[in-house]
Amino acid sequence: MSQPESAVADAQAGGRGGQEPLAKLAARYGLRRAIARPRFPVYVRQLWERRHFILTYATSRNVSKYSSSALGQLWQILTPLLNAAIYYVMFGLVLGGKGTIHNYPAFLLTGMFVFTYTQRSVTAGAKSISGNLSLIRALHFPRASLPLAYTIQELQQLAISMGVLLVIVLITGEPIALTWLLMPVVLLLQTLFNVGAGLVMARLGASMRDLNQLLPFITRTWLYASGVFFSIQEKVVGAAHMPQWVADVMYYANPAASYIEAMRDILITKDGGHVPPDSVWISCVFWAVFALCFGFWYFWRAEERYGRG
Amino acid sequence: MAELTEELSLVKAEEPAVAGTGGQAKPKSAAASAAQPKTAATPPLDVPTGTPTVIVDDLHIVYRVYGAASEVEKGNAVNALMRILKRQGRPQMKEVHAVKGVSFVAYHGDAIGIVGRNGSGKSTLLRAIAGLLPPHSGGVYTDGQPSLLGVNAALMRELTGERNIVLGCYAMGMTPAEVKEKYQEIVDFSGIDEFVQLPMSTYSSGMGARLRFAISSAKTHDVLLIDEALATGDREFRKKSEQRIRKIREEAGTVFLVAHDLRVIEETCNRVIWLHKGKIKMDGDPKEVLAAYNKG
Repeated sequence: MSQPESAVADAQAGGRGGQEPLAKLAARYGLRRAIARPRFPVYVRQLWERRHFILTYATSRNVSKYSSSALGQLWQILTPLLNAAIYYVMFGLVLGGKGTIHNYPAFLLTGMFVFTYTQRSVTAGAKSISGNLSLIRALHFPRASLPLAYTIQELQQLAISMGVLLVIVLITGEPIALTWLLMPVVLLLQTLFNVGAGLVMARLGASMRDLNQLLPFITRTWLYASGVFFSIQEKVVGAAHMPQWVADVMYYANPAASYIEAMRDILITKDGGHVPPDSVWISCVFWAVFALCFGFWYFWRAEERYGRG
Repeated sequence: MAELTEELSLVKAEEPAVAGTGGQAKPKSAAASAAQPKTAATPPLDVPTGTPTVIVDDLHIVYRVYGAASEVEKGNAVNALMRILKRQGRPQMKEVHAVKGVSFVAYHGDAIGIVGRNGSGKSTLLRAIAGLLPPHSGGVYTDGQPSLLGVNAALMRELTGERNIVLGCYAMGMTPAEVKEKYQEIVDFSGIDEFVQLPMSTYSSGMGARLRFAISSAKTHDVLLIDEALATGDREFRKKSEQRIRKIREEAGTVFLVAHDLRVIEETCNRVIWLHKGKIKMDGDPKEVLAAYNKG
């Protein structure tokens, strides 16, 4: 009985001046700080324990997203298709970006779908923390669940787009090839990269309010630099007569270009698909591993600060 | 966010009016009354065992609010540009000092009511105890993970009740087996029957509140934080939910309850903390504190 009373006296004293008694009392009873950041391995484990929440949250967002529009989930396919149609007219026909590219419609759509996946993951990641403050302030869970769920949501959408893409590739006259089996591998690598990029953007977006206004311009620049509707090799080396290394840098220093290139190699070339060259693989794997590791570490470093406003 | 800004505006409105009455509580009387609640505990509660479960040590919470611009500087592009040119920074970003140096110790078996006017920092304090708002200085020490009762933020209006139950349960950290086990119980308790197949946006406000309460109260916790306005709905459901809260309280080690309905606090708590403008004005026996609170 006496113990609590003295502790209350401690509390009174602590409120006015010395803070030590309370911190000591907490240590004596083995109480921990409510808002301590867990060690990294613990954090990853907690995240794994929340996998059901992450999956359900992603699916739920996908279901609710188009529930108000008449065409519903169809928009997931229509949006990139319409975009591709505009680019086909503008860059393929009017500006002659088509050049000597084999099977231009398939070339364009592959680039479009692959790039859209990364672009949407990055954009969604930037909003995943700042747009969910009420959730963060109400419930306790590893915050990385949110950017992860957003990337998984995009992956679920991509699965549909890829089905459409395969149909179009077949319609435009490409033969079914064994190399198609490599598609999931490239998508997996790209997903790892997107998760990492989404995590980085989530932390940036949580502190920089203006990022969401800026992002459309950044992603559009990225789109033009990634050779979605033209061949980097042809434009840079063939038309502009720049040295080969410029084109190489544009391919390998830009993760989006690497994934697009790998996917195009697999799906479309003049004599059916072929296995992408080693340099493309190295670039794809490097970006996936680097983004994933750095993204998780960078996001985790600020774990206890999300939700402050 | 809307809720926070609303509280904010209330703080601002309050500021000049209460300037005279504020200030420190007399520490002596507070200490004396704080010693009493153990004898005054209401029957259904187990008496505090003397182990601290939550220690709040000189806690300060400051958060930033965006877009709370006053009438004069309300934004058009020209004003925004002028501000940047004049290097005035971001006037629409306000720092709110919501909790200013709060300290107390809560024990196992305590049921602590928190009272105070709108914007006195009650909800902020709860969120800080739950570890959801990082302290500006000072600290909160807890035994285990305190949880806020409420999953509203995780639910989606466009989804069916069924999906929302599953989503809400996962958001609270349940395993698939637990979700399966609790699902029927939640549906039964909420009494929404076949509406569970319809989107929540089609529910009446009472039905929505019932479902939300049923989901959030489906889990048991060591340290439980209950924010007000949980028991909404018709009278029958209110009775049911009061019983449920009582049961939750018996299972949990320590309970914090924020409510405007002082009757609820008087009935269920063995200790009351009165917050005023982010500081503890009084802390102790419910009868004494509530009497003082009602007076001024």
